[in-house]
Amino acid sequence: MMERVTYLYPEIALFITTCIVMIVGLSRELKHRKLCAPISGLGLLAAGVLATGLVPGFHVATGAEVDPTAGQILLPNLVPYAKVLVAGVGILLLLLQAGTVDRVEEARIASGRAAFNPLRSNRAEYYAFFLFSLTGLMLCASADDLIWLFLALELTSLPTYIMVTMSTSRHSSQEAGVKYFFLGALGAAVFLYGFTLLYGATGSTNLNQIHHAIAAGGLSGLSLAGMLLALLGVCFKIAAVPMHFYTADVYQGAASSVSAFLAFVPKTAGFIAILLLASCAGWTHGAGDSLPDALRTVLWVIAALTMTVGNVLAIWQNSVKRILAYSSIAHSGYMLVGVVAGPGGGTFATSGIAAVLFYLLCYGVMNIGTFGVLACLEGRAGADGEPAEIESLDDLRGLCQRHPVLGWTMVICTLSLLGLPPLLGFFGKVPLFTSAISAGEIPLVVVLGLNSAIAAFYYLRIVGSCLLEKPETTTGIVRVTPFGSRPAGALASAAGVIVLAIFGNGFMAASEKAAAYDGGHVEKKEPRAAGVPETAPQALGPAKAEGH
Amino acid sequence: MNELYLFLLMVIPLAAAGVVALGPAGREKSVSMAAMLLCGVITLLLLLAFDWTRAATMQFEASVAWLPRLGLSLSVGVDSVALLLIALTALLGPICVACSYTAITERVRTYYAWLLVLQSAMFGVFAARDLVLFYIAFEFTLVPMYVLIALYGSTNRKKAATKFFLYTFTGSMIALAGLVYVAWHAAEMRKGWSFDIATLELAARTLPASAQGWVLAALLAGFAVKVPLFPLHTWLPLAHTEAPTAGSVILAGVLLKLGTYGIYRFAIPFAPAAFAEYAPAISAVCIVGILYGGLICWVQTDVKKLVAYSSVAHLGFCILGMAALNTAGLSGSIMYMINHGLSTGALFLLIGMIYERYHTRNMKELGGLAAKMPVWATFMVFFAMASVGLPGLNGFVSEFLCLIGAFQADGRWGAGSMGSGLWGSGGAAVPGATWGSLGPWYAGVAGVGMIVAAMYLLYMVGRVVFGPLVEPAGHGHEAHGSESHAAPGHGSESHAAPGHGSESRATTGHGSESRATTERVHGVLPADLNLREILTLAPLAVLCLGLGVYPTPVLEAINGPVQKTAYMVEDAVKPRLAGERAPAGVRPVFDLGGHEATNPDGTKPKEGEVIGQ
Repeated sequence: MMERVTYLYPEIALFITTCIVMIVGLSRELKHRKLCAPISGLGLLAAGVLATGLVPGFHVATGAEVDPTAGQILLPNLVPYAKVLVAGVGILLLLLQAGTVDRVEEARIASGRAAFNPLRSNRAEYYAFFLFSLTGLMLCASADDLIWLFLALELTSLPTYIMVTMSTSRHSSQEAGVKYFFLGALGAAVFLYGFTLLYGATGSTNLNQIHHAIAAGGLSGLSLAGMLLALLGVCFKIAAVPMHFYTADVYQGAASSVSAFLAFVPKTAGFIAILLLASCAGWTHGAGDSLPDALRTVLWVIAALTMTVGNVLAIWQNSVKRILAYSSIAHSGYMLVGVVAGPGGGTFATSGIAAVLFYLLCYGVMNIGTFGVLACLEGRAGADGEPAEIESLDDLRGLCQRHPVLGWTMVICTLSLLGLPPLLGFFGKVPLFTSAISAGEIPLVVVLGLNSAIAAFYYLRIVGSCLLEKPETTTGIVRVTPFGSRPAGALASAAGVIVLAIFGNGFMAASEKAAAYDGGHVEKKEPRAAGVPETAPQALGPAKAEGH
Repeated sequence: MNELYLFLLMVIPLAAAGVVALGPAGREKSVSMAAMLLCGVITLLLLLAFDWTRAATMQFEASVAWLPRLGLSLSVGVDSVALLLIALTALLGPICVACSYTAITERVRTYYAWLLVLQSAMFGVFAARDLVLFYIAFEFTLVPMYVLIALYGSTNRKKAATKFFLYTFTGSMIALAGLVYVAWHAAEMRKGWSFDIATLELAARTLPASAQGWVLAALLAGFAVKVPLFPLHTWLPLAHTEAPTAGSVILAGVLLKLGTYGIYRFAIPFAPAAFAEYAPAISAVCIVGILYGGLICWVQTDVKKLVAYSSVAHLGFCILGMAALNTAGLSGSIMYMINHGLSTGALFLLIGMIYERYHTRNMKELGGLAAKMPVWATFMVFFAMASVGLPGLNGFVSEFLCLIGAFQADGRWGAGSMGSGLWGSGGAAVPGATWGSLGPWYAGVAGVGMIVAAMYLLYMVGRVVFGPLVEPAGHGHEAHGSESHAAPGHGSESHAAPGHGSESRATTGHGSESRATTERVHGVLPADLNLREILTLAPLAVLCLGLGVYPTPVLEAINGPVQKTAYMVEDAVKPRLAGERAPAGVRPVFDLGGHEATNPDGTKPKEGEVIGQ
């Protein structure tokens, strides 16, 4: 049982932080309330450090070290990678959250027009929900059981519904929150239904056992139906076709800082879930493994449709937030290419899983920059004292001249999203190309290439607005937010886009390791059916050596 | 030390761009000029240090590890072809800076910074020995050019810039798929990923025929857009017309060469058999481009558009020579890359000088400028002749070689076998015939393009340079065609005095702002060319003449790589013909060394069809 706990140190650290934040955020003293964000950051930092497993005495067990029937052994090395990734990107996201809630309320208190009223203050809840969601995301990575996976996915999602709703006082935020909640509930119901069918077909909720059952008996009709429904439900989390309809409205309705959160956190949770489910269904970790045909075809179609729908619809938008929302759909499609490609030969260039994991990092970093710039700008304050959100392309006109730092951040991050070399997005896309071609998915690669080209239409509009247009005199109403950490977050993202492109090798190695399967343990304890080739366990070797 | 030079070529412009963008205002011209000249000096050193006796081997090779997980490295190296193109780039760099001195007056720092970034990327393309490094540089030329066109172009600039970006980006995404496919094939063989170009070239020889076809299609999708070949050329006239002068010069001089260089460096070595097989189709497209581009030129009234369309025709010759796949054709093609960069670049410079003075490019508003601008007119006639292909000037050498290459590339006569073509059937030997699948028909039809080129360029020269003096009636952009159709005589009278005005872009805080508009441009530009302008044109003119009169050194320099390429293609094609092991459906179009080509069923292949169409 204790092994189970060693599995969860980062989550425990985050949970403790959450509790502290909830209390501190309700303090009557402003200076105490202001500690919410720093404490959250420290918590994330601690969780990230714990997740690396490098802290003496806090060795984080991977699934394979835990009882193979209990810990998740399908992608055991995914756990530390995902958690470190979540902590790192979480800190960047945290920088954008400053001032998202309680801005008007704090101003009233500061001016003496109101006394502090815990019932009216949202700060504590907001940061708590932020951390809860990230906790859920980390738990997803450790999931070894359908029930656990379901709960973790819901723990990731439920706080986001509330964050969307409370992010601004506009009606559109509330509308977005409600829409997101109901469609999210639908998605949850769908994949829960799929989970029950999987349980019915295989007799277990344990991922390892489901994997063995499917490996032994093949993918029966019932388990295939369960798997498809589960994937369909998870498509909601990653905003993939056909569950993408909410995306643009929700991203537009929420504050930009929350949209940035939505673009990364549920998507990452969804992709982890997809990788786990796909591992259950087909990847037996031999070289060149692929999914069962039916599943592969469905994922192929979803990937192609998701890219195309996202990119084509983005062309017609005039709101930057909606463009970015559709681009987020398209990027899910790109990553699904990696899922279709499968584990391949296990090296970074051939493994679709590694490509997905690396792309999650790339997408997380570069997307924060774009939403971050939007979060840094604000319009004139409305009647309730809350400044308007910036979202139209016109608001960005001449940004490079008005606010060079923000403008160039936007340009760099947008070009990176486009996949223009030598920025990070390009290096995220190359492994998708290489792994899919290695897996023989050449038509899908062509679709991917064409979609990247379509994407140029709308990304160029954003770049053109910032870089080429002259600032209008009327856009003087757009000003920079007073919260200094938001530009810091955006700038960090732009820096990451450049720096990771140059020094990304370590991260590539880490994602390769995360995608590798630790064959040794299972082969010893449960010899599987003959014909399953021995896989290369070299990737995990050093990590375990330093662990023990 | 020499290895460092190639890196320096990429780093110096980038660093200078940083200085220009962030440094003090007012220094941008001198800093960028200094950086460009420094690159020129380095190129000169490289040219001196290069061992021309083994021109086909990569020299100055250097490699720095970078993202080894993906198999990437920063590898550079040049053979003589790449080095000559680097020299062309380095030559055009300072010229582009010099020709922008008075033309660019707004957002000057941004302009020069992007110009320098572009220069760095272009050096990167030619120096790269790693596929991904090449691709990065290739793609990265898009952004600076996009900005240069979209910010500093004329009226329709945004559309032009966007079209330019989207066309090329779409093509190169597909090319990326093809390149990665080759890399994957190499990785399968070598059990490890690498994007080293030499490695990939070796590995690509084992690509099966069908795969080669697809690789070729993917690569051509990327490079043919850039060249541009006939049906994909529609972005070019727009981009050229709207771009500022320096943008046009770089676009014509170097950026289009990225496409031809890409075909030479990747499409041929990665898919030699497929390239040979589809050479007739590629040539046909080229010939259509040559004739179509030429005819379109003939009806242009916009001088710049005329020169832009002439690029479509000229590069058709260039690729035609490449498709001949023999020494003459390939040499001609590579010569063409350099010559086209010199002469067309110069033509754009000349047009830019006119535009700076008159703010029009409309041939109806311009005429007889020789009377007023004798120096300009001399250069104009000279470079138009070079572009037409007048013997004694550089254009002739390369065009002639390309046509000779296409003419000779006819395997049916090569060893006296077959000879069932419509042309001179019965084995009438073409002197020096090589194997190949083009032939006199291709060369003959393409040759018509030379005549068309003479027609439209001479027509343009006759109209603009000679005849009665015509100057735009109105001033500046507003005059762009409406009220300006004044009779030639009238125009010359009313503007005999050097009093054509300018609008605000021509002002450069010269202290004469308060004076009349007509005076302003005079503070900056004389009626005829000033020394700076002459100096920008002179080196190009000298080279045009030099390469026309005595092209031997260059031809000898590129002979090594060209022969290597030709032999490589021959090697790739031979086994396919020798045993008739070509897969069903692939019709052998080559016949080497006395071998009787037959189909598996014993019948002779119907080769006449190729010519007959």
